[in-house]
Amino acid sequence: MRVDLSVNGEARSLEVDGPESLLSALRRHLDLLGTKDACEQGECGSCTIMMDGDAVCSCLVMAADAEGAAVVTVEGVARGDALHPVQEALLAEGAVQCGFCTPGFVVAGVHLLETNPHPSATEIREALAGNICRCTGYGAILRAFEKLAEAGP
Amino acid sequence: MTTGTTPRVRGGIGTSARRPDGGPKVSGNFAYASDLSAEGMLWGATRRSPHAHARITRLDIAPALAMTGVLAVLTQEDVPGNPLFGQEEQDQPVLCDGVARYWGEPVAVVAATDEETARRAAGAIIVEWEPLEPLVATDEAIERESVYRDMQIRRGDESAKGPIVVEGFYETATQDQAPLGPEAGLAIPDGEGGLDLYAVSQWIHVDHRQIIDCLDMAPEAVRCHPVGIGGAFGSREDISLHIHVAMLALATGRPVKMVYDRSESFVGHVKRHPSKMWYRHEADAFGNLVKVEARLILDGGAYAHTSRAVLANAAFFAVGPYRCDNVFVHGSVVRTNNPPAGAMRGFGAVQVCFGYEMQMDRLADAVGIDPLDLRRRNALRSGDRMSTSGQLIEGSLPTMSVIDALAGIPLPEHPVGDDPTLLPGGTGRTSSPSSVVRGVGYAVGLKNIAFSEAFDDFSEARVVMTPAGVEVHTAAIEVGQGLITVCQQIARTILGTEQVAVVWADTSQIGSAGSTSASRQTQMTGGAVHAASVGLRDRILADHGGDELRDDGVYLEGRRVSTIEDVCADGPVEFFVRFRHPETSKPDENGQGDVHAGFVVAAHRAVVDVDTELGLVRVVRVDTAQDVGTALNPQAIVGQLEGGIMQGAGFAVMEHLVIDGGVIRNPTFTDYVIPTFMDAPEVATRLIEEGGHWGPFGAKGIGESPTISSTPAIVSAIRAATGRDLTRVPVLPQDIVGI
Repeated sequence: MRVDLSVNGEARSLEVDGPESLLSALRRHLDLLGTKDACEQGECGSCTIMMDGDAVCSCLVMAADAEGAAVVTVEGVARGDALHPVQEALLAEGAVQCGFCTPGFVVAGVHLLETNPHPSATEIREALAGNICRCTGYGAILRAFEKLAEAGP
Repeated sequence: MTTGTTPRVRGGIGTSARRPDGGPKVSGNFAYASDLSAEGMLWGATRRSPHAHARITRLDIAPALAMTGVLAVLTQEDVPGNPLFGQEEQDQPVLCDGVARYWGEPVAVVAATDEETARRAAGAIIVEWEPLEPLVATDEAIERESVYRDMQIRRGDESAKGPIVVEGFYETATQDQAPLGPEAGLAIPDGEGGLDLYAVSQWIHVDHRQIIDCLDMAPEAVRCHPVGIGGAFGSREDISLHIHVAMLALATGRPVKMVYDRSESFVGHVKRHPSKMWYRHEADAFGNLVKVEARLILDGGAYAHTSRAVLANAAFFAVGPYRCDNVFVHGSVVRTNNPPAGAMRGFGAVQVCFGYEMQMDRLADAVGIDPLDLRRRNALRSGDRMSTSGQLIEGSLPTMSVIDALAGIPLPEHPVGDDPTLLPGGTGRTSSPSSVVRGVGYAVGLKNIAFSEAFDDFSEARVVMTPAGVEVHTAAIEVGQGLITVCQQIARTILGTEQVAVVWADTSQIGSAGSTSASRQTQMTGGAVHAASVGLRDRILADHGGDELRDDGVYLEGRRVSTIEDVCADGPVEFFVRFRHPETSKPDENGQGDVHAGFVVAAHRAVVDVDTELGLVRVVRVDTAQDVGTALNPQAIVGQLEGGIMQGAGFAVMEHLVIDGGVIRNPTFTDYVIPTFMDAPEVATRLIEEGGHWGPFGAKGIGESPTISSTPAIVSAIRAATGRDLTRVPVLPQDIVGI
């Protein structure tokens, strides 16, 4: 089945198998490997993307349901050659270890700051509670977003 | 080791240098094993046993082979070489040998043109089973002498007595490493009968040894490559899909990729040994330990993996960082039909730390002194002998310093958290805030660093000076902890240039770096890089008559005498080192000897809020003081401490792999619950830099310490809040409300 959508600002069309997830379609058909597959149950957030302005687990979205959608993946977050402030802040605070969760945190974090530019520490925790990190214990990630929240857009 | 005389350089030791893989990781461009592909690639899938113990009565691969798109279906008969593999003892069939000994044991593997076809083909293989009674109880395994290793530590006078006696039984559950990156591997035939393997690992040379043995291939015909790893925590220390994917590539002559999904990952790697422990501590009236006795039983599951070494760690660290002259420990690790256990962060020291720290808390109560004072009174220090092995502790061991530094971290003033979302149970809680009580608890943990018991532990590194900068060649595996960064920092500091790149070398290009485990790589590969950098610098200075190496050349008394181009006029200049740590010995029949190469100590203080009505716990904060030797990268150390504490907190109050009759009942992230952002405690850290260790610039490995004593500190805090003696982890609501 053919699915037409926008990915990172470009019009793309996918030829998807019936029950395929959007996560699978992004990785297999569009070679967008930044979106990670770690649980396929919507528990870990590694596959977080933005779809029509919402942060969603792409493993829980049927590719066929993305018809006409505007999708942003981690590859579409940077501003040209310059990293997005969220990416820069995560690096500066040492919030990246193995990095498998990082693309999900980047996208969920960009979404958080777009919808709430000055989140409190608790709002940061709640907004990112769907993204599991097994390495950092979340401390450095919290510090990165607290600095971003202070700086604002 | 000397620190050299080179000037300070950007990104050298002591700075929080940025990781070179950070940019690609935040951009989504970093290639993990599960992201790899090759032209003409096939997909592999695995058929597994649905029984913990069963005999195959019929195995028919024909239906799978007949499917369109299926190119190979392989069983144990197709293993070209040794049908058995294993890191310490080759006891596990590459594919089921007719009897499955654990739930999920691989029976057959399939290669097909796409992932879906491979999975369906694996399911189409006909396997009929005669179920056998699984051996799942450790006490029954002991009775039947189904034991991997049994060891005794006997030191001092068994008849010694103290007036104060504390005795208890303790249990720890199975914890899964749950790294976010799944098991994944890509094997590519080289067209000459050999292959290149890109698969998750913590030690590619030990994978290589097992793979060539099972494939019956010459060492040079198989090259294992380092790849991007999405976390490890011990789960990649043993073979998972490596031999399978290599066999499929050889059988089909095409690249084959295999990736486990989350549920398969839970059965596809070894996990932390569940344990049962009995302890008896005797002390004098002031709380000085007179005698410690322990009986430790670890469940190693169906195959050996690293169980023997895990047991040794549990036994040698059974008393913790405390002095005692009379110690009697009997440890056993048993073979059962439970999922195989192996390495996980802390490696045997985690289980016993829960046991001995619960004992120390109870002893402090019995003596009537402050729990930290009891620990200070018994603190093991440099110049003492290990209470178990009798080994003289010659390097640094700042037990007192970590306790004092921890005690100096201010406690929060407010009695119970005031943010409703951060109370136990969060926004979904249904009980009154008045049922929430706060507790504070402490624990101190001790561990060995690098390999012990006379193991020939080494790491190889080659440092190369080129006109474009310095290259460090190593096969050491970066799993996310920051090893590559620290290797860069060491080379920069010694060679006086910021331009240092770490080049991943495969098994054909350099010898072993040893395992990324046992808190060893910063010291071992870091030590190799240090020694090779010093050797390279001294050679260049001698050849060019200089006294200082800078990024633009060789200097003598502040004046440049050669450029880097001059230095490299005849090509790159290199220095190779095989680095070893101080020799260790095998223990004697009483467990006595200089068994360990060094020790690291840490202390944790936990603050918890407990809902006594619902049995829910929120870990409010966990503070720590950590012996680090020398802090090479403070930010990376804090990251290890916070991350390790989070895993220790998970083990304390939620992480519990439920195994029933040998079957894992919760192999998903929905049912095996690991901490989220809402569960993360505040953490304050104090790094204790004492020097006096053989690591580069005096650095110690700190990867495991934060996971060892954080768990008992949290349980101790729950005990303080509730008054309940808690004897197992994780502490579940029923343990708190007493159902």
